[in-house]
Amino acid sequence: MNIETFVQAFAEQFDEVPAVSFTPKTLFKENDEWSSMTALSVIAMVDENYGVRLTGDDVRKSSTVEDIYNIVLSKTNA
Amino acid sequence: MAFLHIKNVVIKGLAACVPSGIEENSAITSILPPDLEKLIRTTGVERRHTIKPGDCTSDLCFKAAEKLIDELRWDKSEIEGLIFVSQTPDFILPATSAILQNRLGLSTDCFTLDISLGCSGFVYGLSAITSYMQTGMIRKALLLAGDTSSMTCSKDDKSTYPLFGDAGTATALEYSEGEDGLKFHLGSDGSGFSSIIINDGGYRNRFNAGSMNANFIAEGISRSNLQLTLDGMDVFSFGISKAPETVSALLNKFGVDKDNVDHFYFHQANLMMNDRIRKKLQLPEDKVPLSLKNFGNTSSASIPLTMVTETAEALRAGEKEIVACGFGVGLSWASVICKTTHLTIPDLIYYD
Repeated sequence: MNIETFVQAFAEQFDEVPAVSFTPKTLFKENDEWSSMTALSVIAMVDENYGVRLTGDDVRKSSTVEDIYNIVLSKTNA
Repeated sequence: MAFLHIKNVVIKGLAACVPSGIEENSAITSILPPDLEKLIRTTGVERRHTIKPGDCTSDLCFKAAEKLIDELRWDKSEIEGLIFVSQTPDFILPATSAILQNRLGLSTDCFTLDISLGCSGFVYGLSAITSYMQTGMIRKALLLAGDTSSMTCSKDDKSTYPLFGDAGTATALEYSEGEDGLKFHLGSDGSGFSSIIINDGGYRNRFNAGSMNANFIAEGISRSNLQLTLDGMDVFSFGISKAPETVSALLNKFGVDKDNVDHFYFHQANLMMNDRIRKKLQLPEDKVPLSLKNFGNTSSASIPLTMVTETAEALRAGEKEIVACGFGVGLSWASVICKTTHLTIPDLIYYD
């Protein structure tokens, strides 16, 4: 897995924000569109694309897209 | 892997009872309209039947059981087992199943057992009651499953209150020599015990002076420690991975082609989760009935309630191959496959 495709897939879970505006350093919770529903979409994307189960705590303790990416990476290698 | 194959037992019929009181989610005023609209769309829950304070799951199950016994024309003296599956019992003790034995007028020569499980409870309960019956020494038994989860939720908690409805169900099981019976896959993962929890009021955290205090958790989420806490993200993540996994394990183990299954009944968690699960298993929509739009998440009642409200005619009419899968609080999950033949199913019953 690589971070560019992850950021792209992460951004696609937002309906109203252009995907190009996302980077690994994006503080996604500061986006107005971020909600518990977006969180579920991200969890579903990670399950579908990477076969990894993100927990509520994983999402709560993350600030940037890269934080989530690193958790997925660590769980993929586990 | 906990697989079971219980032979010589069949489901004869089932009944479901809901409170007549309905709460429309569109009428919720504590959530902003655009958020509420999105919430209803994502969860798929438009309305819920909710019980009045003081009325219990056992009242709903009692009514369902009476009607079912009547339609089956069962002689009550022949019923030798009763299992009650619920996390909303009448009392902390005694067990509600014994109270129901007496209330239903069943023989005192009847074993009774309470099982404390929620979303996976119906399938777990089926595995337990059919196990008791498989040698033929007990020939007729009742599985009563239900919950009044609305009673456990804070009205000011948007993460629980709009989701849960109340229902009680009764399922009749009978010994029938030579039948292939029911096949199960069962599992648990207690590492997720706090994902769905009521913190206070048991013996780990006894009821105390602070138990009733409303705590502000986040915008739109206030609740006390006596009320249900649900980590939606944990549960969603768990559900979309574990439910397809257990159904696949069951089908593989017993060499079942999913195309030969007529109905797949999943615990009714929320639409987004149930859609994901269905798509992962590549099941067509018409084989996966949903009752959550009109009843919400009814915990241990969700599978039999869906069987009654969405597919009663088909199940009454002929022979069907069905799969049921429950997953949730515990964490706990279970799936079952069995054949049903001309089930006795009274129309949905209402409790005033």
